[in-house]
Amino acid sequence: MIMNKQNVNILIADDDPDYLFQFSLLLSNEGFNVIQTSSQKEAEAYLETNKPDIAVFDLMMEQHDSGFILAYKTKKVYPDIPVIICTAVGSETGMSFDIDNNWIKADLYLEKGKATSILAEEVKNLLNL
Amino acid sequence: MIMDKLNILVVDDEPGIRMGVKRVLQQFEVDYPFMDEPIGFNVVDVETGEEAIELLNSNNYDVVFLDNKLPGIQGIEVLEYINKNMPETRVIMITSYASLELAVKATKIGAYDFVPKPFTPAELRACTENVAKQVFLKKMTKKLHKEGRHIRFQFLSLLSHELKNPIGAVEGYLKMIKERKAGNNIDSYDEMIMRSLERLNNMRDLIMDLLDLSKISGGEKNRELKDIDISQIAKEAINAMQPMAIQKDIQMYLNCKENIFLYGDTREIEMIFNNLISNAIKYNEKNGRVDVFIEETPKTVKVVVADTGIGISKDDQQKLFNEFVRIKNTKTKNISGSGLGLSIVSQILENYHAEITVNSEPNEGSEFIIVFNK
Repeated sequence: MIMNKQNVNILIADDDPDYLFQFSLLLSNEGFNVIQTSSQKEAEAYLETNKPDIAVFDLMMEQHDSGFILAYKTKKVYPDIPVIICTAVGSETGMSFDIDNNWIKADLYLEKGKATSILAEEVKNLLNL
Repeated sequence: MIMDKLNILVVDDEPGIRMGVKRVLQQFEVDYPFMDEPIGFNVVDVETGEEAIELLNSNNYDVVFLDNKLPGIQGIEVLEYINKNMPETRVIMITSYASLELAVKATKIGAYDFVPKPFTPAELRACTENVAKQVFLKKMTKKLHKEGRHIRFQFLSLLSHELKNPIGAVEGYLKMIKERKAGNNIDSYDEMIMRSLERLNNMRDLIMDLLDLSKISGGEKNRELKDIDISQIAKEAINAMQPMAIQKDIQMYLNCKENIFLYGDTREIEMIFNNLISNAIKYNEKNGRVDVFIEETPKTVKVVVADTGIGISKDDQQKLFNEFVRIKNTKTKNISGSGLGLSIVSQILENYHAEITVNSEPNEGSEFIIVFNK
C-alpha cells in the first residue's frame, strides 16, 4: 500500500504541553494527521481501540519510564508500528538507552532538544516515505 | 544484612594454636547494638607463610592471625605482602612475650593488633571482637558512601532533565519562529513567545529553589539560631504572596495570636512558609481561601497551612515529598513548579526534628501540618 501523508496517523504522547504543541505543529505542517495525548494513560486508552501508523512517546510522564512502557505495550499489540522515544535525559547523565535491548522496543531514541529539527525527517524515514 | 560471617585465616606452625583459635572462634559471635544479626566467624588454618599467601591470593579474608616464627618465610614478610596486596585485610600478629619488640615493629608496619602467646580464650575473643567491629564499621561506612553517591547521582539525572526540558522547549519555539513554521503573520507567534518566556521564568524559579536546597544542605555553618517570632514571619510571607493570590482571587487569613516564638533560623522558617503558602495558592480554585494557623502549647508550636484547592489523592500523598515529584493530572497540567518545594520543606524540618503531615481530599482541599518542639 502506498501511504498518503493525510492518511498517516501519528500518535504523540507528551505531558509537556510545549513539546506536544511543537511536535504536533511540525508534523501536521508536513501533512500528517496527529493524535495528541498528554499522558501514558491517555495514550494507552487511544491504543486500546486504535492503531496509529507510528508513535512518538515522551520518556518521563506519570512514571520515569512511561515511554518505555508505552513502547513495549504498543509493540506487543502492533509489532509493525515504528516507535520513537523522545527525552531530555541524555546519555551524559548515565542513563543508557540500548535500543537493541529486548525489553525496550523502540525503533529510535531522540534527544528532545534536537527532536524539533529532525523529528519530521525521522518519521518519514521510518515510514519509508 | 551486610555480612553474616567474617573470614579468618590462622597462620601458625603449632597445631595446638591453630586448633585453639579455630575452636574458640567457631563458637564465638560478636553483637553490636545496630547490627541486625550477630557476626560469626569462618576459620581456615595453614601451617606456613607460603600456604597463607597462596590462599590469600585466591580468597578474601577479613582477618589474618599470623605467627611470626614460621618454618619458611617469616610472618613479618607475609604481613608486608598483605599490606601491599590486600589493604582491606587486617592482620593480628601472634607473638611470644619475648618478642614484644617485634610486635611493636609489626604494628608500625601495619599490623592491626597483636596477641601474645600463650593467650586465653578470653583474650582471643576480646581481640577478635575489637577487630570484627572495626571491619563491620568499615563495611557499613563504605555502603553508606555508595548509597549517598547513588542518591546524588539520581538527583543530578533528574536535575539535568528538569533543566534541559525547558531549554529544549524554548529552543524549539525559537527555531519555529526562525523558520516561520506558523506562516508569515507575526501574530501567530505571540503564543510561542509567551510560552518561551514562561518556561524561562520557571527555570529561574527552579534555580532559586536549588539555591535554597544547597543552602540547607550546606550544613550548620550557615544557620543562625535564635528565638524568632514565627507569627511575624507568617504575616510577612502572606504579604509577600498577596500579588499572586489576588491574580487567582484567593483570600488569605492568618489565624494566630501575636508573638509566638520558636528557636530556629529565620530564613529556614521563611522558606517553609513561602513554599507551603505558594502551593496553597497555586493548587487552589478560583475564589478559594488559604488559612494559616499557628497554635502554641507549652511544649510545641503547631503550624497548619490549609487551602480549599484541588486536593491530593491518597496515592499521590505518598510521593509528595520526594525531589522533582510533581503530581500530574488534568487539574495540575497548567500549574508550573520546580518539584522541589516540599522536598525543601522536609529537608529543613529534619534540622528541627519536626515532621510534616498532610490531610487532603481531592476537590476539597489540603492541609499541611507541622509540629515543632519548643
